[in-house]
Amino acid sequence: MKFTYYPGCTLRTKAKQLDIYGRKSLEALGVDFEEVKEWQCCGAVYPISRDEVATKLSAVRTLNSAKVEGEGKLLTLCSACHHVLKRVNGDMKNDENIRFKANNYLALEEEYAGETDVIHYLELLRDYVGFDNIKRAVKNPINKKVGAYYGCLLLRPSKELAFDSPENPTIIEDFIKAIGGTPVIYGMRNECCGAYVSATNKEIAVKKSVKVTDDAMGHGAELLVTACPLCMYNLTENGNKKVPVYYFTELLAEALGVKE
Amino acid sequence: MQRIGVFVCWCGSNIASTVDVKKVAEVLKAEPGVVISENYQYMCSENGQALIRNAIKEHSLTGIVVCSCSPRMHEATFRRTAESAGLNPYMVEIANIREQCSWIHKDMEEATEKAIILGRSAIAKLKLNAPLTSGESAVVKRALVIGGGIAGIQSALDIAEAGFEVDIVETSPTIGGNMAKLDKTFPTLDCAACILTPKMVDCAQNEKIDILTYSEVESVKGFVGNFKVQIRKKARFVDEKKCTGCGECMQKCPSKKGLNDFNMGLNTRPAIYIPFAQAIPNVAVIDPEQCLKLKNGKCGLCAMKCNVNAIDYTQKDEIIEREYGAIVVATGYKPISLENFNEYGYSQYKDVVTSLELERLMNAAGPSEGHLVRPSDHKEPKVITFIQCVGSRDTSGCGKPYCSKICCMYTAKHAMLIREKYPDTEVHVFYIDVRTPGKNYDEFFRRAVEQYGVDYVKGMVGKVYEENGKLMVQGADLINNEQVVIPSDLVVLAAAIEPSPTVRKIATMVTASIDTNNFLTEAHAKLRPVESPTAGIFLSGVCQGPKDIPETVSQASACAAKVIGLLAKDKLKCNASVAHSDETLCSGCSVCANVCPYGAITYVDKEFRLGGGKTELRRVASVNPAVCQGCGACTVTCPSGAMDLKGFTTGQIMAEVDAICKR
Repeated sequence: MKFTYYPGCTLRTKAKQLDIYGRKSLEALGVDFEEVKEWQCCGAVYPISRDEVATKLSAVRTLNSAKVEGEGKLLTLCSACHHVLKRVNGDMKNDENIRFKANNYLALEEEYAGETDVIHYLELLRDYVGFDNIKRAVKNPINKKVGAYYGCLLLRPSKELAFDSPENPTIIEDFIKAIGGTPVIYGMRNECCGAYVSATNKEIAVKKSVKVTDDAMGHGAELLVTACPLCMYNLTENGNKKVPVYYFTELLAEALGVKE
Repeated sequence: MQRIGVFVCWCGSNIASTVDVKKVAEVLKAEPGVVISENYQYMCSENGQALIRNAIKEHSLTGIVVCSCSPRMHEATFRRTAESAGLNPYMVEIANIREQCSWIHKDMEEATEKAIILGRSAIAKLKLNAPLTSGESAVVKRALVIGGGIAGIQSALDIAEAGFEVDIVETSPTIGGNMAKLDKTFPTLDCAACILTPKMVDCAQNEKIDILTYSEVESVKGFVGNFKVQIRKKARFVDEKKCTGCGECMQKCPSKKGLNDFNMGLNTRPAIYIPFAQAIPNVAVIDPEQCLKLKNGKCGLCAMKCNVNAIDYTQKDEIIEREYGAIVVATGYKPISLENFNEYGYSQYKDVVTSLELERLMNAAGPSEGHLVRPSDHKEPKVITFIQCVGSRDTSGCGKPYCSKICCMYTAKHAMLIREKYPDTEVHVFYIDVRTPGKNYDEFFRRAVEQYGVDYVKGMVGKVYEENGKLMVQGADLINNEQVVIPSDLVVLAAAIEPSPTVRKIATMVTASIDTNNFLTEAHAKLRPVESPTAGIFLSGVCQGPKDIPETVSQASACAAKVIGLLAKDKLKCNASVAHSDETLCSGCSVCANVCPYGAITYVDKEFRLGGGKTELRRVASVNPAVCQGCGACTVTCPSGAMDLKGFTTGQIMAEVDAICKR
């Protein structure tokens, strides 16, 4: 099976580690993938208004590319990209109005109706590679207490994202166990990091991120992992600055012995 | 030629606002055979019925059509009216122009046209009606009560009091149900055990009542007055007649790690156990999943220690067959599973408990002997936060859309009892609305707030998380318009209640209808609240809808009154609409007997004349009219068209269809 990989803009600028280690690990795990050709912006934020079509078009182009160029398995890594692509795909599948208008705009050779599966990297590890197989492939177990930081974009709205339980998720903890770490469960792991409010009201973002990092440390976490560049920014810039934060792919690459 | 009268009802404005009733009466008057057509505001009223009676006599009517509400509502009424005027009650047809017409249409012209068509259809059927007479069937003077909680106990006691025999079938090893687990009861705060256990004892001592615990209803056949029921009495591996309930076996049992269901799994019990001290029957039971002797043959200590040789490891399930005239469903409720409510941390934190668990934690016979301590470290909680509506009034699909009705009152009770017994404890309650209608209920709630200083916070909780050994309850305070976080030692969730999971199976067995939330449906929401639409099936307690103890007991007694009314009759009038076989057409193939759910069809060898002095012996179907319930299954399966249903013959139904299709 071949996956069509969508990195997104941040992974080529501020979040290079998320991308580089992600690809290295895929190679080490023997996952076949190819980057979307001439990819565009995912749309960055999922538009909430029900009749909004124009801002969903670039996401539809990407989804259609995975269907036409690849095997219809779109692999995402950035939480924000995953969130937008998955929800727009849901609209193309279930919302007749959006599907009709988007297809009218794009005038594709064949109508796109949500045929692509949008798969987050963590879902790929869980559902396609399998955590047991990762455990077997680990060369340098991460012998540390690791706190998973989920944020919001991967989990909610839970019916649309269908990723994990929004209140008591386990996927990143299972990942941590697979790479030899000890997961630390703490209450703030699925709370907001402050997100974009950091740009307009830094005080609130600081309050939120400090709460997350303090809570994780209070429960004994030595480091945190995240899948989201925006969470990474907030936790490192606005957090308590006492607990290091890594992209989960960096830890995976280290465990698999393919870092550097 | 028949002389037909048509009576069009306005039903106040229910029909008349959408259907031109005068026009309907006028148009139907022109139908062949119709000699009189009237309309009236309330045909079911005394005046309306008098109008029908007079018309029958005055015009020597042979049949009547009433264009009104559903036959479910007033068919019986109008049949009685006709009968009192000397007409056969089966010469009455109802055209439903309310539920099937005025209520569902907006356009007057269209609705009027449809009402006329429905009237014509009823007239067409009536022309083929023939007077029918009902047979009679005997009533078995014994009732079955399914479920031995307070609802079942009260119904059984009342039925027995009237002199009828009652069997209580209860799935668990003792009767008592959820009420036996409660500590105190609102609004008077008397102890649940003190008021329930005497009733349990009354049941056990009443010679009219037979209690079958650890038993399940396996199958139900028959019909009102004559139910045939199979009951599986599960092997308890203890001879009920010999066991004295001394409890010696429980002391000696080496396998002590079973979760104690009675204490909501908060502590453990041995493999051989008596659920609680006042259990009825006070007889031990062995959990076969846990017993070492039953699992791998090694042990047998309890049998050695038993002074009366009551232990029997070879005991098998036993099937008991009994006949009943009436069945009471009293299957009760359970709190919902909280797997969809991870935000409250029930599965993650030991000190997040449900209200029913709190009952056990506060009960003198509970795991902490009535000393309120946290399950995690057995320390006294200093701050307790209650969260109401956990899964009740939920529109997200995670919980139940209905109000569970009992939670506001029991939460106020818990809060008050805690403040009374442990005055240093701080108590908070998160609520959406406080709903306390009922005698002395609102006064009770206000006492919790005003006299006992319980802090009620209007708003819902978004998250419960742990920080420095405290459970942080983060919620909205809508009155102060702020987010609050309350560091607590114990969090109590008022979980929604749902019907017992066994109810679906029971409902299917007795063909009782059930709603989208698995509550049993009553025959009429207002006027027949304790009967199922299925004759002979009665509803007692929460299986019909959420209710507290006073309401449950009232309903259980009401239900018993209905059962007594039925059992007091020696004979029941059977349905006159029964199947019958045209013996000249019947080939004796047995197809009808195979589909008959009531076993009403048998076969007889009968001699038929062939002419020329010759005769032929043929096997033909014969319907027992006392057993036939008129379901019609045989008429549609009969390959030779020999079976027909009186009052609903193929000819009558085709005449109705033709009348509808004819323009």
